[in-house]
Amino acid sequence: MFDRLRVMLMKELLELHRDPWAMFRLVVPLLLQLFAFGYAATFTVNHVATSVLDLDHSQESRGLISHFAATGRFDFVDFATSQADVTRDIDAGRATVAIVIHAGFARDLLNGRTGPLQVAVDGTNSNTALIALGYVGRIVARYQADRTGVTVPAAAAGASGVSVTLRERPWFNGGLEDRWFFIPGLIGTLTLIQVVSLTAFAVVREREVGTLEQIMVSPIRPIEFILGKAAPFFFIGLGEVLLITMVGEWWFHIPFLGSPLVMLLGASLFLLAALGLGLLLSTLSRTQQQAFALNFFIVNPFFILSGFAFPIAAMPAAMQWFTWINPLRYFLVVTRAVFLKGVGIAVLWPDLAVMGLLGAVLFGLSILRFRKSLD
Amino acid sequence: MNVEAATVVEMRGLVRRFGAVSAVRDVNIEIARGEIFGLVGPDGAGKTTIMRMLAGVLRPDAGQIRLMGVDVVAEPERAKPHLSYMPQRFGLYEDMTVAENIFFYATLFEVPARVRRERARGLLEGAGLQAFEGRRAGRLSGGMKQKLGLVCALIHTPRVLVLDEPTTGVDPVSRREFWGILYGLREEGVTIFLSTAYMDEAERCSRLALLNAGEIRYCDTPARLKRLLPGALLAVTTRDARAAHAALEGVPGVLGRLLMGDRVNVRVDDALLRTPALGARLAERGVRDAEIAPVEPGIEDVFVTLLGGAPERGAGGAE
Ligand SMILES: Nc1ncnc2c1ncn2[C@@H]1O[C@H](COP(=O)(O)OP(=O)(O)O)[C@@H](O)[C@H]1O
Ligand SMILES: [Mg+2]
Repeated sequence: MFDRLRVMLMKELLELHRDPWAMFRLVVPLLLQLFAFGYAATFTVNHVATSVLDLDHSQESRGLISHFAATGRFDFVDFATSQADVTRDIDAGRATVAIVIHAGFARDLLNGRTGPLQVAVDGTNSNTALIALGYVGRIVARYQADRTGVTVPAAAAGASGVSVTLRERPWFNGGLEDRWFFIPGLIGTLTLIQVVSLTAFAVVREREVGTLEQIMVSPIRPIEFILGKAAPFFFIGLGEVLLITMVGEWWFHIPFLGSPLVMLLGASLFLLAALGLGLLLSTLSRTQQQAFALNFFIVNPFFILSGFAFPIAAMPAAMQWFTWINPLRYFLVVTRAVFLKGVGIAVLWPDLAVMGLLGAVLFGLSILRFRKSLD
Repeated sequence: MNVEAATVVEMRGLVRRFGAVSAVRDVNIEIARGEIFGLVGPDGAGKTTIMRMLAGVLRPDAGQIRLMGVDVVAEPERAKPHLSYMPQRFGLYEDMTVAENIFFYATLFEVPARVRRERARGLLEGAGLQAFEGRRAGRLSGGMKQKLGLVCALIHTPRVLVLDEPTTGVDPVSRREFWGILYGLREEGVTIFLSTAYMDEAERCSRLALLNAGEIRYCDTPARLKRLLPGALLAVTTRDARAAHAALEGVPGVLGRLLMGDRVNVRVDDALLRTPALGARLAERGVRDAEIAPVEPGIEDVFVTLLGGAPERGAGGAE
């Protein structure tokens, strides 16, 4: 038993070792995605092209505009003179956001009434626009605070002075450090994608090359084959977790408040589930194309319905149920908690337990499905 | 000699369907110890399917298989130590060396570490591969790969060897060496069950089954199969065999014609009676250098006559 397991392992490692591209394939896509997310996938937007129309020409209106300029978030591309200019700027795509201060802004503020401020956004670039709108709210709030010496929450800005009318629904970034939120989440997400596809392809390739038929006629037991196939990818997965954690630590300076041991335990249980999933996919595919398609259709929902980017609470009920069997959901909880909150097993044990259970079930299923038969 | 005790492989009423396709229908084969039993038939005849069922990796829809007394359908795992199966495309790990491949399969089949080296050396020597131990399997020639496959398949000294078209696509020299190894194994009492597309190889088998559309049409020794042929075979040798082949169409008494490169094999109902008529027809059509002589039929003629078509890749011809 152990001889066969050992020789399976030896074979996998030899093949990996002899493959000159293996290291490249394992590390480069991972780092590319990590840096893409680290830098690009952020809710922070700078240098939004902005058109300004000041119809009030008052000290107050200029003060508000200088608040916008001071943040660096908005680049003024046009100081318009009429409403028509503003519309043209937006339509031509020259500006994403237009800020219109109507005549009487200063008078209204001085009289204690709400000063009208209109913000128009280019809806075609919805993400940037919505994010920019969030800033508008905060900048107005700051302006209010500077003017009156009273701090007002952004959302309540309209009630106590300046009213902001928006053409689009305002959306507000709750002030999280986006990167802190994303990078710990990437550990599970990227590892899941890599490990599932590596495992699935490794088995399907043997089927295609014909070595699987050869192994089936040997007295090997399914569990020996499955374990021999999975073990190398378990260690590769752990290596990837370590790599992302280190880059997150030293490059992106994400705080790591928790215990590395809890992280290791969580990663191990999560990898068990990911390997089980990959093996299960491999028993369902005959060719690498099938494995590829299946991988795509399975891993994407796991990714989307995990809470990585889209809040689970906002999903329809049926999809929320699905998240209960999604190992990534639990691992995201674990990584974010270990990184950012520093909590330990006392808090995380239910998530760890469910991951372990899912891993055992997926692994068990793949062993059952891997009958030594070509049927 | 007790015939029953010598029976190593016994297949009874084997049936296997793939959806609507009946790949194997009611196949019965019995193989005695030390035989080299050949399975011949066109592509899609069901050869691979039969071998996979015997190897225990495919379940028959009906029928029994016994191998060395073990019921393969019920207990495939108990049959596996006795048998070695080399699939049509033997799976070597191309990134691993010759020695590593052998080591891998030896361990998989639980060959004790003590005897592994000795046996590997013997087999490699027999296959003429001893100089290539350190070479990656992917860098071997086609013939060497097949021989390495055979070495891997033999490392656990199986009593029964199942080879699915082991020499297809292999050069003639390597094929001859390969057969040298097979004869050596037969001397040691190994029973060999192989499929082949080469007629010269079919001729070397102790017995042959002609398979077509999942059914065994004929099963006997090559010599006796040849005697099944009706009439007699005449070889028409000429510089322009193609023209001769065309010219002989529709001559009374001609049962079949087969173009064989530099000659045409013509099957007639009566050699003495028809020879003059053939000569006359050839002369009439301008084929003047033709020589007509009776020949022994090769297995390819048997194949064509009995199954009504040659196997697609059956390029070998009788030696
Ligand atoms: N796994 C399979 N799925 C579906 N059909 C199959 C499968 N294997 C073989 N067949 C069909 O069964 C028939 C016999 O195939 P096979 O045993 O491979 O023939 P041979 O080895 O003589 O060329 C063919 O019609 C083939 O298409
Ligand atoms: Mg075949």
